Amino acid sequence: MTSTAAAGSAPGRRAPRLLVGAATIVALLAVVPIGYLVVRALSADDSARALAPLSTTIELAWSTTVLAFGVVVAALLVGVPFAWLVVRTDLPGRRVWGLAASLPLVIPSFVAALALLGALAPRGLVQELLEPIGVERLPELTGYWGALVALTLATYPYVYLLAAAGLRSIDPTAEEAARSLGLAPAAVFRRVTLPALRPSLAAASLLVALYVLSDFGVVSLMGYATLTTGIYVRYESLLALESAAILALALLALALAIVLVTSRWRIRGAIHRSTPGAGRTVEIVRLGVWRWPALMFCSLVVGVFLVLPVGVLIWWSATADPITGRAAIAWSAAANSAGIATAAAVAAALVVLPAALLAWRYPSPVSRWLERVTLLPSALPGIAVALALVFLGARIGSPVYQSLGLLLIAYVIRFMPYGLASTRASLDAISPRLEEAARSLGRSQLGATTAVVLPLARSGILAGAALVFLGTIKELPATLLLKPVGFETLATEIWKGTSIGAYSVVAPSALLLIAIATPLVYLLSWRSAWELGATD
Amino acid sequence: MKRVATVILGLVLGALALAAGASTAPGQTTSLTIYSGREELLVKPLMERFTKETGIALNVRYGSSTALATALVEEGRNSPADIYWSQEPGTLGLVGARGLLARLPQTTIGKVPSRFTTPSRRWVGTSGRARVLVYNTNQLQANTLPASVWNLTDARWKGKIGLAPTNASFQAFLGATINMHGESRVRGWLDGLKANGVRFYPNNTTVVQAVGRGDVEVGLVNHYYLYNLLAQTPDLPVRNHWFGDGDPGSLVLSAGVGIVSSSTKKAAAQRFVDFLLSKTGQRMIARGPGAAEYPLVKGVLPRPGLRPLASIKGPKYSLGRLSTDLTPAVTLLLQTGYVR
Repeated sequence: MTSTAAAGSAPGRRAPRLLVGAATIVALLAVVPIGYLVVRALSADDSARALAPLSTTIELAWSTTVLAFGVVVAALLVGVPFAWLVVRTDLPGRRVWGLAASLPLVIPSFVAALALLGALAPRGLVQELLEPIGVERLPELTGYWGALVALTLATYPYVYLLAAAGLRSIDPTAEEAARSLGLAPAAVFRRVTLPALRPSLAAASLLVALYVLSDFGVVSLMGYATLTTGIYVRYESLLALESAAILALALLALALAIVLVTSRWRIRGAIHRSTPGAGRTVEIVRLGVWRWPALMFCSLVVGVFLVLPVGVLIWWSATADPITGRAAIAWSAAANSAGIATAAAVAAALVVLPAALLAWRYPSPVSRWLERVTLLPSALPGIAVALALVFLGARIGSPVYQSLGLLLIAYVIRFMPYGLASTRASLDAISPRLEEAARSLGRSQLGATTAVVLPLARSGILAGAALVFLGTIKELPATLLLKPVGFETLATEIWKGTSIGAYSVVAPSALLLIAIATPLVYLLSWRSAWELGATD
Repeated sequence: MKRVATVILGLVLGALALAAGASTAPGQTTSLTIYSGREELLVKPLMERFTKETGIALNVRYGSSTALATALVEEGRNSPADIYWSQEPGTLGLVGARGLLARLPQTTIGKVPSRFTTPSRRWVGTSGRARVLVYNTNQLQANTLPASVWNLTDARWKGKIGLAPTNASFQAFLGATINMHGESRVRGWLDGLKANGVRFYPNNTTVVQAVGRGDVEVGLVNHYYLYNLLAQTPDLPVRNHWFGDGDPGSLVLSAGVGIVSSSTKKAAAQRFVDFLLSKTGQRMIARGPGAAEYPLVKGVLPRPGLRPLASIKGPKYSLGRLSTDLTPAVTLLLQTGYVR
């Protein structure tokens, strides 16, 4: 009972005006930074253009593409098997493994890069541990490979979370049917499970790629030149705002290409659930002796990507800095972080709904472009989004400029693509016939959506909100420029320390960040598992 | 769904309440908004001392000097800032050249040596930062170190030099050197260093750390990073080396401050500038915990053990020129592939 028609289309039907209007307003938010960059790039004079020549732009676009591709592949290779083991097998301690796999999302990527560099430097902490067995020096982990490892750390949880949500919500009957027709387990996975996961994996790949495009912390610390480092270098030299804008437009073009490629990948052969879904229990694969290699795989991933950086943080917080002493724990910053990240998560989850519903149910050139435009700003480095809002906000003046409201808007612009991609992925798995059935039974359009569609897409919407929360809680460049004076977040506390190399100040705040997000991530994985009736 | 909706509503209301509480400013009569590129952990005591002495409350936005300068440029006449305090003479020069900083009185400018300010009086230096060569004391003897920054292209230093090409002080040094010796000579030097296998690092702290580990033997940085790291790792085998008199490698840069043109509180802003140049302010800047910069006002001594500023005979170069000299430096770094 699967349908391989293109997504949840309802060709020929006109989209409700309200939905189009709402989606357009949200897309306009995204247009703010894009429009600002266009204005800036157009005002470039010859000297500014000379600072961003075509050859450099192409070279940087290439190095960015190579890195993004590498990280997407690595994140898929780590995240998908991990999700399958946690959701579909009797791996011992699945819930804990699931939590551990999601947690690296909370570690700001520049902190992760610092910790990896500290631990894996030629004569770093790991070498110190290995000294007794004769390891004098570790190979240096910088450049492309250093960036690849640190960014895989930062992004594979997106793949894990979306793949796990996908595995929970796909229809087990298709797999059962394939098995009953004689397919081996590996073939079932390749021919049924993986294609059904495609919307989730496409969404996750998109997020990972956009993350890599916008990242500055890791690539700058690892010394790998990308479009984003090029943009920063030009912002840093101040006079070259226009040349930075030119590179930022190149970055947007690259992001658009990625959006187009992944959406093609997603549409091809979408598979819907045949039933509303609750109540079906997925058969759990017994690992048997395979549990040992599986546990080794999970231990390796969690060891390198969570235990190692957290270990370094604990090590740092145990050593008091002679300059600043031992840092007090920033409780008020923690409360601020949690509060504003919650507000951003809820706001982003709500504002992306119109665009997601529109693109899912009423595909048309208009709805597709509304969705794409909404996705683009997350490819921009935070400084570009922040300066667009500085430019606009300062012209509106008080009480808007440097208010929490404007900061919230910055967060929504930067992170709503995470909500959108995740929501779209779960909508794609819903057969439009369910909504049609609700309509035929007398529900209004809005009623059918709220009663049938949204509950089914709930795990994707919640996962999206959680991703926005986690993105917001570690955001730095926009926060520094747009926050009200005196409004500290954990990310700004961490920055205070890193900017003068006082790691004993950094570490407690970073650990607090992880502590705040842990219950959220746990609740999320626990809730969706429980709702979908997974046995555990 | 109803319960979920209630929870969400509660969270939103909570966040809004939090927001309202946080954005309420303290009810002070006079207050100044400072854009500070100087780190909070280092200058907060000084800010508090100012408020205590004058009763003027300070709203301080901390950020990187360049990000704040960019914000000032983008805000234009609508900036809420009264004061811009920067780590870099270059960013001050560029913001000043756009007319975004007001002229300071001659009495203020006259407190520091003229090379640490600009004839247009848009900003004034608040502390000095010398360019130096750090070296690994296990690998090198002090008497084998080069007398001039030009000598680093010798084969003797192949694979042994580290620097941070995106660092603003390095770019300022380069801009000044282009001004004094011409573009082609500096281009030749950069190409020579590259042929010599110079290694790039993201910032000055990582350069000094790399020298400490022995990854490279020498590094081009500012003088105070060493003292910051020595405070954390007392046995770090790294020391500063000064190039010879008049060498471009001995340039002394400065952090500095300016009053934002659009400020409506210029009198109070002037009091803040005066405080930074007072003996109390200078002492707190130069001798606070972790600080090792040079005070610029007569009668205030730098931290013990630091080479006296008067004995550093840097090149004859006025930092005010950086407002025009920085562009050629960045262009050259892009052309020679130091940054991309």
